[in-house]
Amino acid sequence: MAERQFPAAVINPESKPYWDGAAQGKLMIKSCTKCNKAFFYPRTICPFCASAETVWKEASGKGEIYSHSTMRRVPEPYALAYVTLAEGPKMLTNIVDCDFDKLEIGQKVHVVFKPAKEGPPIPAFAPD
Amino acid sequence: MSIKGKAYIMGAYEHPTRKAPDKSVPQIHAESAVGALKDAGLTMKDVDGYFCAGDAPGLGPLSMVDYMGIKARHVDSTDFGGSTYIAHVSHAAQAIAAGKCSVALITLAGKPLTSSVPRAVIPTAPDASYESPYGIVVANSYGMCAARHMYEYGTTSEQLAWVKVAASHHAQYNEHAFLRDVVTVEDVVNSPMISNPLHRLDCCVITDGGGALIVTSPEVAKSLNRPKVKVMGAGESPKGQAGGDTDLTYSGARWSGPIAFAEAGVKQSDIKYASIYDSFTITVLMQIEDLGFCEKGQGGKFVSDGNLISGVGKLPFNTDGGGLCNNHPANRGGITKVIEAVRQLRGEAHPKVQVKNCDIALAHGTGGSLGVRHGSATLIMERE
Repeated sequence: MAERQFPAAVINPESKPYWDGAAQGKLMIKSCTKCNKAFFYPRTICPFCASAETVWKEASGKGEIYSHSTMRRVPEPYALAYVTLAEGPKMLTNIVDCDFDKLEIGQKVHVVFKPAKEGPPIPAFAPD
Repeated sequence: MSIKGKAYIMGAYEHPTRKAPDKSVPQIHAESAVGALKDAGLTMKDVDGYFCAGDAPGLGPLSMVDYMGIKARHVDSTDFGGSTYIAHVSHAAQAIAAGKCSVALITLAGKPLTSSVPRAVIPTAPDASYESPYGIVVANSYGMCAARHMYEYGTTSEQLAWVKVAASHHAQYNEHAFLRDVVTVEDVVNSPMISNPLHRLDCCVITDGGGALIVTSPEVAKSLNRPKVKVMGAGESPKGQAGGDTDLTYSGARWSGPIAFAEAGVKQSDIKYASIYDSFTITVLMQIEDLGFCEKGQGGKFVSDGNLISGVGKLPFNTDGGGLCNNHPANRGGITKVIEAVRQLRGEAHPKVQVKNCDIALAHGTGGSLGVRHGSATLIMERE
């Protein structure tokens, strides 16, 4: 079965470091130096304490499936999922390089970078 | 200040069309408005407040009041998806209580069946950089919620199917319903998988259509010759991903429900009829738990064996057939939720599904997308 082609990333000044990281094979997340919490998706102002003292850091790329649903009624089915990152926050993503019928909540996964139609590659997750 | 008793729903109209290739969207708004005004015994000249949301074409209320010839002194285009119209009743009551208008018109219309506009990525949305590559649509968003609910609480596809079965039992009596065939649990679980664990029959219909409501001040209500449906209480709450502390097992109903119950001064056992937003079967299950009609995690057990069927179960719901069978105009089901609750409170539902002594009813909706960001709205109404 053909794999779904990822569209080009939407990049703006605030998200550029995330995609610059992806271009180098790094999954970038943000955390707050005031409340010491990592969050996702990344943004300038901390969603927990509204501090502007947030910093980018590279995530380990490890996580586990929080939930998943495979869209079947399309020519190229694909698995939408939330992955709980080892750093804490959950990230909306796709699970790739897998048998969709065998995906399970709690399954260990790791980040992989898949080519987009154009621009930087897209972070997705594959079973360990 | 409370809205309790400060406003009345005096007009309600569901456009009979489910497929309208020969009508424009503004036309369906206006035809619905005329229907609701006629129902109330009012005219367009009486309207001084207008409420619409993202389905209103053009520049929302500016385009629509001009199109319909309304002289408004108050407009509101709050939008949080399909549940907005339930919140509009509350917002209209607030405006009326504050003296900003006395006859509020709420309209909805759309044609997703015959002129579908694909949901495009909004590149400026704050989440666009991080979510747009992944193909999130409604079915897989709600699918993830269902999958997690099953994982945490042992909910089954058969239990979810009961929601659709109950809706179909009601829809058979609605001559306008898009789907009128009674279905079984087997029919639902054997229908094609859309986005697991949701099957085709776990999903609502896609229909063209519209609806309108008239909310008035107590003085105007008194002058009209229609049963009075009093606004008792309302709550609303957006819920999102909480910076990554995402929890898909509950909805914003957990917050909007208690606000509405407290304002109305009633409890779950007082509710004789409930309109519960049914974009998918899982939507209903989570909302009835979060509204406190059963314990968290027990929704599957609660809906089984026809507990949502009027005349059979404890909580008659969506007696028009709901979004699952009757109508989901503009892909936004909030207005039809209020309309059927008004029919029930007036005693004007179909005799086969009319709840006896229906004096207090609830309408609740989830707009947007349950698995990412959604808006919950709860409304409690009483027959006077």
